[in-house]
Amino acid sequence: MTSLPPPSAVKLGLVIDLDTCVGCHACVIACKGWNTENYGAPLSDQNPYGADPSGTFLNRVHSYEITPGDSPPQLVHFPKSCLHCEDAPCVTVCPTGASYKRAEDGIVLVNEDACIGCGLCAWACPYGAREMDAAAGVMKKCTLCVDRIYNDNLPEEDREPACVRTCPAGARHFGDLGDADSAVSRLVAERGGFDLMPEQGTKPVNKYLPPRPKDRPAPDLAPLAPVATEAKGFLGWLDRALSTLPGEGR
Amino acid sequence: MTQPLIDLSPKVSDEVRKTTCYMCACRCGINVHLKDGPDGKRQVAYIEGNRDHPVNKGVLCAKGSAGIMQVNAPSRLRAPLRRTGPRGSGQFEEITWDEALATAVSWLKPLRETAPEKFAFFTGRDQSQSFTSLWAQAYGTPNYAAHGGFCSVNMAAAGIYTMGGAFWEFGQPDWDHAKLFLIFGVAEDHDSNPIKMGIGKLKERGAKVVGINPIRTGYNAVADDWYGITPGTDGLLILSLVHCLMQAGKIDLDYLARFTNAPCLVNEDPASPQHLLLLRDEEGRPLVIDRRTGKPAPWDGEGVEPDLSATYRHAGVTHRPVLHHMSERYLSPAFAPEAVSDQTGIPAARVRQLAAEIAHVAFDQAITLDRAWTDFRGVRHQKMTGRPVSVHAMRGISAHSNGFQTARALHLLQILIGAVETPGGMRFKPPYPKPATAHPKPHSKVTPGQPLDGPHLGYVQGPEDLCLTDDGQPARIDKAFSWENPMSAHGLMHMVIANAHAGDPYLIDTLFLYMANMSWNSSMNTAGTMRMLTETDENGDYVIPRIIYSDAYSSEMVAYADLILPDATYLERHDCISLLDRPICEADAAADAIRWPVIEPDRDVRGFQSVLCDLGARLGLPGFVNPDGSAKYADYADYITNHIRRPGIGPLAGWRMGEGGLQHGRGAPNGAQLDSYIANGGFWMEHVPEEAAYYKPWSRGYQDWAVRMGFYDSPQPYIFQLYVEPMRRFQLAAEGEGPRQPPEHLRARIIATMDPLPFWYAPLSDSDETARDYPLHALTQRPMAMYHSWGTQNAWLRQIHGVNPLYVPTKIWQEHGFAPGDWARLTSPHGEITVPVEHMAALNDHTVWTWNAIGKRKGAWALSPDAPEATKGFLLNHLIPELLPERDDGLRWSNSDPVTGQAAWFDLRVRIEKCPAPAEAQPAFPPIASPVEPGPSTLTWKVGQ
Repeated sequence: MTSLPPPSAVKLGLVIDLDTCVGCHACVIACKGWNTENYGAPLSDQNPYGADPSGTFLNRVHSYEITPGDSPPQLVHFPKSCLHCEDAPCVTVCPTGASYKRAEDGIVLVNEDACIGCGLCAWACPYGAREMDAAAGVMKKCTLCVDRIYNDNLPEEDREPACVRTCPAGARHFGDLGDADSAVSRLVAERGGFDLMPEQGTKPVNKYLPPRPKDRPAPDLAPLAPVATEAKGFLGWLDRALSTLPGEGR
Repeated sequence: MTQPLIDLSPKVSDEVRKTTCYMCACRCGINVHLKDGPDGKRQVAYIEGNRDHPVNKGVLCAKGSAGIMQVNAPSRLRAPLRRTGPRGSGQFEEITWDEALATAVSWLKPLRETAPEKFAFFTGRDQSQSFTSLWAQAYGTPNYAAHGGFCSVNMAAAGIYTMGGAFWEFGQPDWDHAKLFLIFGVAEDHDSNPIKMGIGKLKERGAKVVGINPIRTGYNAVADDWYGITPGTDGLLILSLVHCLMQAGKIDLDYLARFTNAPCLVNEDPASPQHLLLLRDEEGRPLVIDRRTGKPAPWDGEGVEPDLSATYRHAGVTHRPVLHHMSERYLSPAFAPEAVSDQTGIPAARVRQLAAEIAHVAFDQAITLDRAWTDFRGVRHQKMTGRPVSVHAMRGISAHSNGFQTARALHLLQILIGAVETPGGMRFKPPYPKPATAHPKPHSKVTPGQPLDGPHLGYVQGPEDLCLTDDGQPARIDKAFSWENPMSAHGLMHMVIANAHAGDPYLIDTLFLYMANMSWNSSMNTAGTMRMLTETDENGDYVIPRIIYSDAYSSEMVAYADLILPDATYLERHDCISLLDRPICEADAAADAIRWPVIEPDRDVRGFQSVLCDLGARLGLPGFVNPDGSAKYADYADYITNHIRRPGIGPLAGWRMGEGGLQHGRGAPNGAQLDSYIANGGFWMEHVPEEAAYYKPWSRGYQDWAVRMGFYDSPQPYIFQLYVEPMRRFQLAAEGEGPRQPPEHLRARIIATMDPLPFWYAPLSDSDETARDYPLHALTQRPMAMYHSWGTQNAWLRQIHGVNPLYVPTKIWQEHGFAPGDWARLTSPHGEITVPVEHMAALNDHTVWTWNAIGKRKGAWALSPDAPEATKGFLLNHLIPELLPERDDGLRWSNSDPVTGQAAWFDLRVRIEKCPAPAEAQPAFPPIASPVEPGPSTLTWKVGQ
């Protein structure tokens, strides 16, 4: 099977803000577009105009309803792609070494030339973050846009994953989670970022920021005190209030 | 094992061409990455947002990124088509463009010489209305409009009449300063990326977002607080907030006095022909009492300080300020939170809580910018004080028959707290603000062989501006600007087919539609509409004799036309996003943009606007031919560059020709203008001066800049119309005043609904019986990743939204014993459908809903007949009539807002029953023959090798 490299100092990953994600799927399609044209085999689509269309996507948005009971129900949008785990079971399970974790930045990739399409990695991933491409017969997964983030042909500001660049709400952040002072690490610290399913022991690099508490009245806000309850009283108040307004005509 | 070597810097593309998206109506800037394909032709490899563009600043939604699947969609029409089978069959033969245009000319030319009104031209989701309307005007028909009447005209008209601007294209929240953001009735679009970007900004600053919507998805899902209001009652909630704020004195008196007509004086004499009109001076200027003198003075007089409270007795008639009338209406117990909670579904305590939050943010957290500015009365202000409460609203409140008054109520709320055109509130986008009085009035005078007497659409100021024939009948086929809906600023496209079929007010000869799926998701009563389009008279001729349709794709409407003019896709043609039209400006900048052919069509198709230039020349329309009779414009690009609307003003404001070289705003045509746009990324932008960034309607700095830019030819300062006097003029007519009188059957309704102060009434189709027999409300929402029917042909997007179950709230789900996989029969007073159901908790207890326009007719859009969109997908349209139930008076009452004619889609009431699962969603229609080949069974779309 395949071994993991020693933990890298640089741990590139995503921080996804569940408080801000409106569930628009922009990241899903930007990813589909970039990765169909770039890294490895195109992300294919089967029966694209037929009864049961299905295609390869490296990033999908799921929606979950939450019914807290003591406050109104909520809908949470949950984008999910490979979390580039430190202890990535998809790598260690790979019989050919096709699945690997980059020593320099921790990105988990599939070397498609070595992939035999056995699917063991997808079984091993507890997050369901890998998809077998039905046309190419190789395993596809989020590359963290490894062909964008170091790409000399792109302007500096565009050297980030396609999903991050396109996110209209700014709910996706990219950076080095191995650096405690990076913007993404600070965001995780400030907002209580969490690991997805930590009990799996995979030590995911990607973090999620939790939704802020919802449906709470503004604290310490007294109800409005009436100055009048009907029109006549209102006009009396109006005259008094106008006499305090600035202006030459006072 | 060592790591494989991978190419970290692959070539991204051979060329980037920057243009404007058209995957929805937002018009974001896009970078289209092209690569050389195997045949050497440049092909689209990837699409991303343009970072420099004012609308999207680099981001792009799912639709935009999926554009690559739109320009390769198998549904693209390939050549002009002539119908060969019966209408609705989908049987066509391909013809040449010469044949197609000759056919159109043979129909349209004789009609123009004899009865141009029998030609109706309606343009759907057109983004070139300033051009298409010019064409229709030159032709001479009064029957032209785009799709605003079935979209959100209530929002536009209420905004323009009240404050000279509205949401989306005309105004936006102050995303950088707002501390409280209220979002009413907004589905997941309109406008798409800017709202998402704005919400992201608000969240980053810790501002609070409050969603008021029966459905908690999308923007409402991320809202910090959710008011799951009952559909059609937003006006009640808003006026209850107004009640609370006025009762607490939490209103901005200084703002109301200076910048609104709250101090304007109202005639109180019931015997006067001026009863409840505003007191005016001899020059027609409304009067206020000047606090400096205690005497009447024109509202805009130099240094005048309007008094909000003083009354005035003149010629034996008492006049009271508008604010007095407002206090009487809104302090009424009818608007107390306790009085509205049953109907709105919002507990009184929650209404009071929201009112307190609004007051707290507006007045205790006011913000001040140290920026001096001068108002139109010449008063210099040292600071800009903001009430950081921002609002956005859209179709959820406007697509009701009480939507105009509801949208008015919302603007009243914003204005009462001084939160329009002040920091943190709502901000207008140039060329707005622009008051209703600065817009054209509607025109409808027909002279055979001649152009119409003026623009079709506009803003009426009283009965004298209605579009009526000499015998008082509606002049337009859609009855816009008639007594039935006097302020129908965008027309009523949803009534065209029904009225033409009924011959009410008259029969027509040729219907010309562009980009509007009127035989499917864009019509009410879809099955009925298909019948109207195919019905024949006693001679066996179609009741609507001729239909021409232009679309880029094989939509359901194609099958119902006789002649098809295939349009190019948005990456294959020229367009201009003009300041004369629906602008894309930002509050801090004026901007316009173009589309240009970043790829060449691989089919025999032509951009629709270029075809209109050609057709206009063949018909000899004034403005489309040279004096020698030759075509004036070679194509739409030629028109965009060389058309002159007013001296110095053309479709595009950037890079015009001045005496000293290139300049922006005004100037002569510049033959190389489009090249300048292309070099600049497809758009032009000019920033608003800093001192003119707020208070635009009243700021001398802004007004002068707007004149320089050419938005208007002289400064147009105005005050907000809390009291919309033109509405009162219609009421007066209905009370018997004046020479132009409404028909008897409409008098009571006009008096009731044309109220010059916002109020609330139940949706027109709601009666006690309908509420009892149809206890649920039914809505549609457009998902973020789909734009009406276009998305379904897109291989990527239909994998996100390929089915549309009916979402049912918990209470109803349990009462009916629904289980996952169940189906239900949904019945309205008009019809019934049978559809799959799904449970949703975050939903108003009395509301069911589904995604809009996912359901498809078999044979359309190059989908296979067993596509889920065609077997399980469904439309609510089958339940919504275009006419209200018959009243035994022989009249046809439109299911529309009685003020504007806005289609009342969301007034729909239904009842639900569990039923056995049918083979497919009902009603099902026979397949139509597809004019295009089916798509491939597998896509592996990679352009570069």
